[in-house]
Amino acid sequence: MNSGDVAWILTSTALVMLMIPGVGLFYAGMVRKKNVVSMISLSIVSAILAGVIWVLYGYSLAFSGDVGGIIGDLGKSLLANVGLDGSDAIPEMLFMMFQMMFAGVTLAIITSAIAERIRFSAFVLFGVLWLTLVYIPFAHWLWGNGWLAGIGALDFAGGIVVHVSSGFGALALAFAVGKRYGYGEHPIEPHSIPLTLIGGSLLWFGWFGFNGGSALLADRIAVNAITVTFIASCFAGMTWMILSWMNGKPGSLGIITGVIAGLASITPAAGFVDVPGAIVIGILAGVICFMALEFRIKKGIDESLDAWAVHGVGGAMGSIAVGIFANPAISGYAGLLHGGFDLLLTQLLAVAVTAAYAFMVTFAIAKAVDYVVPLRVELEEEYVGLDISQHGEVGYA
Amino acid sequence: MKMVVAIIRPERFEAVEDALAEKGYIGMTVTEVKGRGEQKGIKLQYRGTTIDVDLLQKIKLEIVVDDNDVDRVIEIICKNARTGKYGDGRIFVIPVEKSVRVRTGEVITSDS
Repeated sequence: MNSGDVAWILTSTALVMLMIPGVGLFYAGMVRKKNVVSMISLSIVSAILAGVIWVLYGYSLAFSGDVGGIIGDLGKSLLANVGLDGSDAIPEMLFMMFQMMFAGVTLAIITSAIAERIRFSAFVLFGVLWLTLVYIPFAHWLWGNGWLAGIGALDFAGGIVVHVSSGFGALALAFAVGKRYGYGEHPIEPHSIPLTLIGGSLLWFGWFGFNGGSALLADRIAVNAITVTFIASCFAGMTWMILSWMNGKPGSLGIITGVIAGLASITPAAGFVDVPGAIVIGILAGVICFMALEFRIKKGIDESLDAWAVHGVGGAMGSIAVGIFANPAISGYAGLLHGGFDLLLTQLLAVAVTAAYAFMVTFAIAKAVDYVVPLRVELEEEYVGLDISQHGEVGYA
Repeated sequence: MKMVVAIIRPERFEAVEDALAEKGYIGMTVTEVKGRGEQKGIKLQYRGTTIDVDLLQKIKLEIVVDDNDVDRVIEIICKNARTGKYGDGRIFVIPVEKSVRVRTGEVITSDS
């Protein structure tokens, strides 16, 4: 065990934890002020659900054993045999904690789809099922020696496990829950741009731990990951800023959204690509996620806060980009530009399968939950806002 | 001169604002207010608990117009603010004695 490695992953764990309320604040600014408490609470509850499930059985099903490449076993449920010592660089207890934060932030991202209209109790039920049936299998498939890892698919810090799963899940959930009352008929505008900028900035900061920590060591891969993470996000933010400027004004909401799109896109690639690769990924993230967002709006889909366009499309694009830009000088994997062809095919397959799985299973879970506890609040509750109707509180006096 | 005071749903405000501007009624004062009408707020049933939302968010518009524009303004507001559900709001018409433009001190009356 190396104290430097332990210190870095402890720090990274704390950084990723900060991303969870960061998502909440980022989203909360984008809803109307009658739903600000609801939006932040959904993220906080995501952390709580992930924490509870991870301890009970989540960590074990993701990272202990393997049943046919599909799922782990229950050998480490209640964190049995998850130790503080061992010959690995960091204690397994710390790895477990780091991964727990990922589960929390992923569920928080998906709350984009249900903004301003979800029944709180339905979300709790949905969250438990979604973590169990979507997130945990993905974590096992990519990081727990499951079938995707077996065919050589790469996902450094969660392009597929976190971003494709939550993004495409959000799209399915949005279809299941339906549009907000009045969507497309009258303006539904962000009530606090500063809140969104604070939340987005916390995400940006936390992402150093998200990607840098995914090296699981304080080593050269972590240094590369942090470097390319910041570079890609800057180029994505710059691209989005230029695109929105060409279409009017460089709105700050677009600029920070561009940054997040760059972060989601570089996430799967951060341990595999070099700086030039990161620059291209950043620019592509700005263009493609911007187009995805415009497509979503044009189609009248109320995936309210754009988890699909930013995280889903960004994560998918970045995961495919691994197959193109992976530089063997970083971690030994070669993408198309460095003579490797198989990796691109594997990444394409992984993205296609996981996007389809995330979409279909999330839709099924949402419908099942809706059958037991209606997903949506009543129209009057939606009109009054979820802060009062679901929590009995108001954000602003 | 009359002051038309309209209490409307917040989400219908932009439609009302645009429709008024289109017909040349540009000047207005807008306030975020809370209020209740015949429905006496909204009662929400939540898991056996009743939550009274006594006062609902509304937008108050104040527009001063010539006497013969009053009906037209009312018509525009009603047409664009109406959803057909409880809570669409109310319009009041109040006589205005005098109007003074602060920049110039000019006194504006209906026939000036």
